[in-house]
Amino acid sequence: MKGRLTPYLLALPSWLWLGIFLVVPLAAMASVSTTTGNNIDGFVQTFAFSNYTDALSRYSTQLARSFAYGAMATVAMLVIGYPVAYFIAFKGGARKSTYLFLLLLPFFVSFVLRTISWGFLLADDGILLGTLKGWGLLPAGFHVLATTFSVVAGLTYNWLPFMILPIYVALERVDPRVIEAAQDLYATRLAAFRRVVLPLSLPGVFAGVLMTFVPATADPVNAQILGGTSNTMIGNVIQTEYLTNLAYPSASALSFTLMAVLLVGIFIYAKALGTENVLEAAANR
Amino acid sequence: MKRNRLGDRVLHLYTWLIIVWLSAPIAVMILFGFNDKKSKSNTSWQGFTLRWYQELFSISDLSTALINSLVIAVASTLVTAVIGTMLGLALGRFRFRGKGITNFLVFVAISTPELVMGSSLLSLFVSANMPRDSFTIIIAHVLFSLSFVTVTVRARVVTLDPSLEEAARDLGASAWGTFRQVTLPAIMPGVAAGAMLAFALSVDDYVVTSFVNGSTITFPLWIVGSVKTGIPPQVNVMGTLIFGVGVLIAVANFVAARRRRT
Repeated sequence: MKGRLTPYLLALPSWLWLGIFLVVPLAAMASVSTTTGNNIDGFVQTFAFSNYTDALSRYSTQLARSFAYGAMATVAMLVIGYPVAYFIAFKGGARKSTYLFLLLLPFFVSFVLRTISWGFLLADDGILLGTLKGWGLLPAGFHVLATTFSVVAGLTYNWLPFMILPIYVALERVDPRVIEAAQDLYATRLAAFRRVVLPLSLPGVFAGVLMTFVPATADPVNAQILGGTSNTMIGNVIQTEYLTNLAYPSASALSFTLMAVLLVGIFIYAKALGTENVLEAAANR
Repeated sequence: MKRNRLGDRVLHLYTWLIIVWLSAPIAVMILFGFNDKKSKSNTSWQGFTLRWYQELFSISDLSTALINSLVIAVASTLVTAVIGTMLGLALGRFRFRGKGITNFLVFVAISTPELVMGSSLLSLFVSANMPRDSFTIIIAHVLFSLSFVTVTVRARVVTLDPSLEEAARDLGASAWGTFRQVTLPAIMPGVAAGAMLAFALSVDDYVVTSFVNGSTITFPLWIVGSVKTGIPPQVNVMGTLIFGVGVLIAVANFVAARRRRT
């Protein structure tokens, strides 16, 4: 293990894999996004940056909707998840790992199946609405599926643990004596939280937002299963453009725009906090 | 002080409410695997039956899809475990040229949206004239789980005391012998955790697979494909069994880890 070549040999297979199947395809996608042509005659590189403006203006509704849904779900996750992370970190005591295990239970069920079960719970004549309608508590025409609410709720449901975990990790590292010190210095509980605990948990919040906003915004599954035709997100558009319409240039342009927005996020994060934190948070999920 | 305790109690209750919310769809999934449904749709409770457990493999497409998923998961996990562990060792133990960019690539691989990963891979396979089948699915699954294995192994390698390996070398062990008898056992929990994660990610994946599958159907693809016509209860049963096995393994792992510590 002491040879000078050892690290290179160890890294080589992964370099090849990441190079051929990640870097090259991303570069290829960038290149395809400025081509023109059609599926039969082939696509020619013409540096047609108009593909971007065309695709973005044609699908601006879906793009804006995706960012809006992603943002709404992320805010909901933050508001719902922070108190849970706080409770487990400070009041969980000996049962911390039990709570974390229970929060992770949904991950033992396939993502697709979870989303379908959720749709099933919310179905017009399903267990929840059907029962409430039977009792006369809801009008017969009331529905939740195929609304903005059901899609955002589905996104929130599916990624909530990814928000809770990094915040928990950050809060768990806070030394309780720091809070005691603040209170000894006559800070109220609220002030101690706002001035001490909250700032210390911000790296976790940031990691949580990054780990949930990106996948929630790009997710096609929730909109497909829980949404209707008026809730289509950019993920569904890209899927259709690629797999059904075979419109590779515009699909690539849309994909690349999504990736670019993400890269900006990563860059800001890496600048602010370093990459290792996010990776560890991601690996501990 | 009294107000504190009230606040704590509210938080405690709230945490349990969230846990119940997160688990509700699982309960529904398990329950409706026992539903004696007569109509086409499986949305209302019509009585208890074990029929779907007996007829678990009666839908041949579904069974094939499940088998495909398991075979692909095993194959991609094996590849990922080997090359991911190698990279984790390199990053955790050595200084070398290109380490920074490698760390960055590992990070990009984790944070690229599945949709972008799937669509860019499809572009590659199309332009290279590669037919899409189980093989391309395995390539894709290795790609998105590689970073997770690397990161868990690296975290383990960093905590490893290098003097252990030096001691083994001083006692006359070969480089390979040191690795096999000292390093590997010490990083094994990290490798195992990463491999389990890789397996779970692979079995679960829908988005990336939907781009690179060609005509091969996996379990999640089959489920999404049958949403419109109604999910048969066999899917609930399979989901329940996968859930059960997953929880059992996790609990066993947890107990084993606790025993090692004490």
